[in-house]
Amino acid sequence: MAKKKTIRTIPQQRTPMPEQDPQRRAHNFEEVACGYSLEAALNESERCLLCPDEPCIAGCPVGINIPQFIQKISEKNFRGAYDVITATNLLPAVCGRVCPQENQCEGVCTVGESLEPVAIGRLERFVGDTAIAEGWVNIPYIEPTAFKIGIVGSGPAGMACAADMAKAGCDVTVFEAFHQAGGVLKYGIPDFRLPNDVIDAEIRNLQKLGVKFECNTLVGRLFTIEQMLNELGFHAVFVGTGAGYPSMLGIPGDSLTGVLSASELLTRCNLMRAKEFPNYDTPLPPAKRVAVVGAGNTAMDAMRVSLRLGADKVYCIYRRSRTECPARAEEVHHAEEEGVEFHWLTNPVAILDDGKGNVRGMRCIRMELGEPDDSGRRRPVPVPGSEFDFETDLVVYAIGTNANPIMGQTSKLKLNKWGYIETDDNLGTSVAGVFAGGDIVTGAATVIEAMGAGRKAAASMKAYLGIRDTKVANLTSASSAGKLFGIDVKERNFARIRVA
Amino acid sequence: MQTIESKAEPKTNEGSKFEIVTRKDFSDVTYLLEIRHPLMAKAAKPGQFVIVMLNEHGERIPLTIADFDRQKGTITLVIQAVGKTTKEMQQACRVGTRLYGMVGPMGIPSPISHAKKVVCVGGGLGVAPVFPQARAFKESGAYVIGVVGFRNKDLVFWDDKFKKCCDEFIICTDDGSAGIKGLVTEGIKQAIAKHPDIDEVVAIGPPIMMKGCAEATRPHNIKTMVSLNPLMVDGTGMCGGCRVKIGGQVKFACVDGPDFDGHKVDFDDLMTRLRRFTQEEKMALDRWTETCRMANLPASTPASPVESKPKGPRKAVKSPAKKS
Repeated sequence: MAKKKTIRTIPQQRTPMPEQDPQRRAHNFEEVACGYSLEAALNESERCLLCPDEPCIAGCPVGINIPQFIQKISEKNFRGAYDVITATNLLPAVCGRVCPQENQCEGVCTVGESLEPVAIGRLERFVGDTAIAEGWVNIPYIEPTAFKIGIVGSGPAGMACAADMAKAGCDVTVFEAFHQAGGVLKYGIPDFRLPNDVIDAEIRNLQKLGVKFECNTLVGRLFTIEQMLNELGFHAVFVGTGAGYPSMLGIPGDSLTGVLSASELLTRCNLMRAKEFPNYDTPLPPAKRVAVVGAGNTAMDAMRVSLRLGADKVYCIYRRSRTECPARAEEVHHAEEEGVEFHWLTNPVAILDDGKGNVRGMRCIRMELGEPDDSGRRRPVPVPGSEFDFETDLVVYAIGTNANPIMGQTSKLKLNKWGYIETDDNLGTSVAGVFAGGDIVTGAATVIEAMGAGRKAAASMKAYLGIRDTKVANLTSASSAGKLFGIDVKERNFARIRVA
Repeated sequence: MQTIESKAEPKTNEGSKFEIVTRKDFSDVTYLLEIRHPLMAKAAKPGQFVIVMLNEHGERIPLTIADFDRQKGTITLVIQAVGKTTKEMQQACRVGTRLYGMVGPMGIPSPISHAKKVVCVGGGLGVAPVFPQARAFKESGAYVIGVVGFRNKDLVFWDDKFKKCCDEFIICTDDGSAGIKGLVTEGIKQAIAKHPDIDEVVAIGPPIMMKGCAEATRPHNIKTMVSLNPLMVDGTGMCGGCRVKIGGQVKFACVDGPDFDGHKVDFDDLMTRLRRFTQEEKMALDRWTETCRMANLPASTPASPVESKPKGPRKAVKSPAKKS
């Protein structure tokens, strides 16, 4: 091994990511961050200390062996790096782009204690993009089992669960209500952040694993979860339908024609290609001034999409301050560069109409931070008498979502008081054989958290079906202590018999 | 915004499952499509709707299910050519062709109550989706009075189907060329005058008609259910584009409806929101008509439209020609 790296010997500066010029990119849908070149990736890979603590692995919701894949990059063994990542994460090209790394792996990076942390996300993306360009796909030898698995929803949770179950030899079918697979990756995240080609490439990889995708299928209404288990021959079902049901503010003017949810704006633009209207049939309301309420990642996407659709002015209206803003730091930075005007500590009071049902403007009130609330963040309180009006043509609500009611309406799954599906620690639901994960369990969260949940549910599903977990099965132990007929007690479900 | 190119639009939808097995033209603007989908035919219930995409470039349009045949495994839709998509469908959807997408059945099925005497009201295209409800009420043992309204006798369809499942049947036309002269509200008034014991009225049609029906029954305190048809994108509760005001509360028609208590619906709000994309709809239609003219295709088949059609919103395709 080469001489030991120390914090003094590694490149001190984080390798910058080439980006499209803000003035130019604010008017096109091409990717903002262009990705590392070979040299940049090699340079950045040198910054990993390969420290023994490996805090980054614990910081990753799916536990990617980060130091190992970075080491493979530095050895120019990119295929090796891809193999390391795909051992735990199916979608490196996606996660490298959309994970909030600063709160996860990069947030706990040892280098980050004294310098800027290693750009783990950018390196992951480099590996993922290389794999797509080279057409790599890791198809392990799969011993088929007789189990048939149904996955409801083709978003990140469903895709992650599908991959694991397919690798375990199951016959997996993913059901999607939209006409294209991908869930939030397709309808929600815009092209300039995550190109559709990347998602399609990842979906093709799943298909190579044997996963079938059935679009145009609304589970619950076309057939129910119970029917899947009792009539359609599925041995287990995973529900990853996402949160859905956007919140409205409930202020005067909510139902004006120029008020819409960020989900609607993004779905029209991304999935339905309204940005190419009239070559595509779905329209979007034209707007010169757009006010987006909220400051999460979805809000950032809505603002940056609005700029690209031709808005001159885009305002961000957020009742808390910048410190509490929940979006990824990079997204806020990008939005700022592109010319979004941020109005922190500002809360909408009413949407003003033009007398014809359209939006004329918005009335807001200034806020100040008071005592911390339940979330630990300082509670914003209105400053009396500070109301003010401004003009805008379109108001976009990006203030979160409530639980989608379809599963609750159509199945016996137990819901919690907010309408999300109730699960145990292993993501099992109140119905035997049905597992759930992602936003429909936790409420709105991130792509990687949903993928983590999908994988966790897959592990529980395997235990439920009695499929040997390879991780446990491959542990060779000389002693037979704790084993029954040579089977580890941890695998007690192995002998489970299912009467189908 | 974008340069307008005339790309060759994908038309064949090869590999799609949604084959059209029957087509009937009721008039030069109204047509019926029967689409093969055995699973959906099995699951569909009165009051539910589907979302259809004609081709890859198409928009998603909600259409109320007009009928379903569990034996044949088909879903029936009755469509009025009012906007670009519905006109294009009129031209492209022939027996043997396929739709790019069709998802459903969506929405909460109409609650078929234990009402003993019901009036099922359909205006224009609303006549089609109210039919499965009339049939369901009949099957559950109710005395069913059908009231349907059209502009004139040439537009009348499905009177035979209704006569089979209705104990009484009233046709209303604007010009009196068939049945009684007047709007469906006239028919409702007649029915109420004759039967003081009506338990429920179900009304489907354009918002203005449903509003009229709700006002006609309000003084008599008769429960009135209406089926709302706002603009939608996904139809699964995810976008909130279809939100409507019911008794002061916001509801999503796609997952909380589409049926609501007509006496609580804010119809003015619904009508305003249906006009959201009027300009874009006109632009798309003009551009498409122009393309057809250049290609020497009839902009509408089988005959080019002679009479003026209502400039209704494109997605209100279940909205009939009839005004009330």
